[in-house]
Amino acid sequence: MQGQVAESVGVAPAPVARGRRRELAPYWLLAPTVLFMAAFFVWPMLQALVLAFQDASGSLSLEPIRRMAIDPKFLEAMRNTVVLTLLVVPAQVVLALVMSLVLMSGLRGAGIFLYAWAIPLGISDLAAGLVWLSIFTDRGYLNSVIVGLGLSETGFSFLSYEHPVSIFLAVAVAETWRATALVMVILLAGLQVIPKEYAEAADVFGATPWQRIRHVTLPLLRPSLQVALIIRTILAFQAFAVVIALAAYNLPVLAGETYRWYGDLRNPNVAAAYAMLIMLFSLVNTGIYLRALRTRDEQVGIT
Amino acid sequence: MSAVVAPGTLPDASEPTPGRLVEAARRSPRMRWPLYLLAGVLTFFLLFPIYLITIAAFSPRAALFAFPKSLVPTEVSTETLLFFLNSRGVLGSAWNSVLVGLITLALSLAIGTPAGYALARYAFRGRDAFRMLILTTRAFPIVILAVPLAVSFIQWGLYDTVFAVALVHTALALPTTVLITSSIFIAVPRDVEEAALTLGCTPLGAFTRVALPLALPGLAASSIFTFVLSWNEVFAASILTVVNRTLPAQVFSSLSDSPLPYRFAGGFALIVPSLVFIFFIRRYLFNMWGRVSR
Repeated sequence: MQGQVAESVGVAPAPVARGRRRELAPYWLLAPTVLFMAAFFVWPMLQALVLAFQDASGSLSLEPIRRMAIDPKFLEAMRNTVVLTLLVVPAQVVLALVMSLVLMSGLRGAGIFLYAWAIPLGISDLAAGLVWLSIFTDRGYLNSVIVGLGLSETGFSFLSYEHPVSIFLAVAVAETWRATALVMVILLAGLQVIPKEYAEAADVFGATPWQRIRHVTLPLLRPSLQVALIIRTILAFQAFAVVIALAAYNLPVLAGETYRWYGDLRNPNVAAAYAMLIMLFSLVNTGIYLRALRTRDEQVGIT
Repeated sequence: MSAVVAPGTLPDASEPTPGRLVEAARRSPRMRWPLYLLAGVLTFFLLFPIYLITIAAFSPRAALFAFPKSLVPTEVSTETLLFFLNSRGVLGSAWNSVLVGLITLALSLAIGTPAGYALARYAFRGRDAFRMLILTTRAFPIVILAVPLAVSFIQWGLYDTVFAVALVHTALALPTTVLITSSIFIAVPRDVEEAALTLGCTPLGAFTRVALPLALPGLAASSIFTFVLSWNEVFAASILTVVNRTLPAQVFSSLSDSPLPYRFAGGFALIVPSLVFIFFIRRYLFNMWGRVSR
């Protein structure tokens, strides 16, 4: 560490021999991170690929893929995951956009609102599922209100397997509640670095607030939207504990099936096949977002 | 997106939240009650569920089974929480969670801080590529790591240990740690380090006595971020453990055969540390979640 710092700030005279060490110094500093990520990030991903194409005896086989595809829950899990993502991600982005625009609109006490709205950042998906379980469960708070208002005698079984739509909505609400804060923070960080002059110019030219948002703010916010969409979609594909806390296995999703095949059915190969499927979904999605929201250099420059 | 932010711009950009919002408030003194109404509705949606799980956790069991329930606590009791805490495996798993969090923290700081420092202080070939690689890890689903690592950990005899879970959590936290520490060291002016050197500090002394203390609040916030990440992680912890569960894994694995009071108290217990930590690092929210995720 000693020599490196000195050389980096250029105080110590740098003879030829030490000049070489200076070139190498950053690489030595990066090496532990690179090695660790290679061992515990890259390698397991490759392992997952191998596992997904191996049978129980370890020889190359399409058996895991076949078993995954013929499982009765497979199509259901895929459909649920995709629909949940399509429902939750746009809801989160719109809500987060509203939240960050409200915060930027010159509200008194905006700082306090910001911290209150950011609180779900620290809440896990399992805890979020349990929080909303207390609301949606048969004798929970929502039914207490419904019965209390005289809207129903006994309330409604939101989480019963007989009501797939309401299970679905309950999970979507819980996911939106938990993860909107993350999108908000990303968008707010993006909004803050947009120079004020753009909005002022729009005002000078007589733009309405809506026009200003639509034609000035949103295009400039595109890089942040891209990041938020990529991260949120990948996380939505992995929705897991929140689903199981609210719906048990009545609402199969891909990550839940991964867990079920590994934990309950003791089959790491099929579990790996599911994991690869989630990865495939994620990569395809990232590709689509990068293409659809391609940003020009000058826009990237201001983020 | 991968462009390295020029030194000096970052501290401004990561701090100004309250300042700039206040400034915006001064600029527009008009009455804006619809905005306040909207903000109020949003606050209700985001905070009321936390209030509900809190009163659920502090209600006696009888009140939890009553129906319809009251939305204001009728009787405060620790019965439900104590029932949860005394359930088999809960205290042990809470302790495991703390251990996993601390090991994750130590590992990711020890491994990530040098890399962050290198990104902040050196211009070298491959720096942008490295940054890009670190950012790319965000595009991969984490769920995929757990299954193959479980298979490997069984072979290595690490399966079902606190250390194994900490290794996976470190893999999750490390990219963020590197990016955060690099932004922290960018924010520490190089001049003060140089000044210490000219005044006779050794280079290591300049780092430990000048740069490190200045970076310490940021590093502490980064540590809290890592701890919360580890504390909240369910999937990998559930797959990698059988007996030595972490708290989320313990609660998760007993979901199907536990009564509602256990689950409500469990939800509350999982939330509390995070709420406390978020409070302490609220000033750094943008550094942690906003800025770093781009």
